[in-house]
Amino acid sequence: MTDQTNSSTASEHRIELKQTRRSDTPFFVVMGGISSCFVLLIVLLLLADLRFASLAEFKAALFKPEIRFAFQLTILSCTAAALLSIWVATPLGYLLARYRFPGRTLVDTIVDIPIVLPPLVLGLSLLILFHQPFFGWEIEEWFRDDLGFPITYRWPAVVLAQFSVACAFAVRTMRVTFDQIDPRAEDVARTLGCTRGQAFLQIALPQAWRGMIAATTIAWARALGEFGPILVFAGATRMRTEVLSTTVFLELSIGNLDAAVAVSLLMVAMAVVVLVVLRLLGTGLTS
Amino acid sequence: MIELQNLTIRAGLFVLEGIDLQVETGCYAALMGKTGRGKTTILEAIGGLRRVESGHILIHKTDVTDWSPADREVGYVPQDLALFPTFSVKQHLEFALRLRHWSHERIESRSCELASQLGITHLLDRGIEGLSGGESQRVALGRALSFNPSVLLLDEPLSALDSATRNEMQVLLKAVTQETGVTTLHITHNQDEADALADCSFELQDGQVLQC
Repeated sequence: MTDQTNSSTASEHRIELKQTRRSDTPFFVVMGGISSCFVLLIVLLLLADLRFASLAEFKAALFKPEIRFAFQLTILSCTAAALLSIWVATPLGYLLARYRFPGRTLVDTIVDIPIVLPPLVLGLSLLILFHQPFFGWEIEEWFRDDLGFPITYRWPAVVLAQFSVACAFAVRTMRVTFDQIDPRAEDVARTLGCTRGQAFLQIALPQAWRGMIAATTIAWARALGEFGPILVFAGATRMRTEVLSTTVFLELSIGNLDAAVAVSLLMVAMAVVVLVVLRLLGTGLTS
Repeated sequence: MIELQNLTIRAGLFVLEGIDLQVETGCYAALMGKTGRGKTTILEAIGGLRRVESGHILIHKTDVTDWSPADREVGYVPQDLALFPTFSVKQHLEFALRLRHWSHERIESRSCELASQLGITHLLDRGIEGLSGGESQRVALGRALSFNPSVLLLDEPLSALDSATRNEMQVLLKAVTQETGVTTLHITHNQDEADALADCSFELQDGQVLQC
């Protein structure tokens, strides 16, 4: 009798549990719904661009000499800016990750300024820096007259404008990279006979190669997308300081929408290549 | 010989004051004490990895307090071993020797000798990924002993090993340190481990090192 009662109670309890079982479906519906809105927006943007430009117009635009020049300058300037960025970001990221020194927080904040500064302001600041006299001495004048290498409104200004923003992103990436590398190995290397420099070069740096490639790729991608600082500091002179981002602006300003869209699609393709490289490296853009 | 004279070490808010310790040449010493009392801090100070606020560290009667870790000629095996992820086992054994510009033949001969002594000859060409706890321990020990240091610092080297591997490593440690005559300071929580290995034992208690 008691057994029967127990069995019946357990059965009722199971039914009760089944009736009150909570489902994960609403969670996935809400999260998936919100996430898919953004993904859909990007896909629709790309589809709209693709639908707008025909293949013939795309080819015609890309074979225009000024766009070919812009493409070449973009590749060269982005590569130069990315290489300069990794050259600076590696030691700076390492110092910020490993050492507590006076003014570290200030340096950390200063490094982030180009990330938050409006691009036009950065370009304007570069322009002012190069043309502001310091006790009768001007940077631009010195480069132009003494070194015979003018910067402003020339291709070096494009590289410098791209570098100013791209480097900040590279520093962030390298700092995260070194944060994730255990400093104990470098300590042990020092007891084995390494100087700090040797420990950095022989132990830390070989472990950071993925981060370095990711930082270079991110810097390259950031440089590709720069427009504001280039427009102000380097200008948008055809066949001289024109890069793909300024081409879109120039083509739009003369009402040539087809060419603007064709160049935009080319930039999308370049961005996709960069993102695929990043994903293959397994580091992701989140770092 | 390791000698600490009235040593004060500050690590953030943690302070060790008036530490005195003496380990005779060729002696295998165990330093015991509860977690968080500063045993590792003392070991790092001897290795030159932690700045000393006051007092002196003498190695074989030479004051090395202000010397860089590279100049102290001290072999160090940290608790987490800190093997180099991009190195093969052989590169671990050869690293300190290359830094000392040994000839290729001497490096080759020393690394083979060490590998044979530690029973890792079959692992020489392997990377460190996939090594067992005992194998990793042997590689870290080999790396620390490769340049024939006069002092060996071991930070809980056996704590992460299973009992069988621990016993095996204890025998190996005893044999290797006796063979090389290296002065050893070994941090451990385990009284049995200290009894099995050490010629003398110290305990860090209330900020003071007491000989047991």
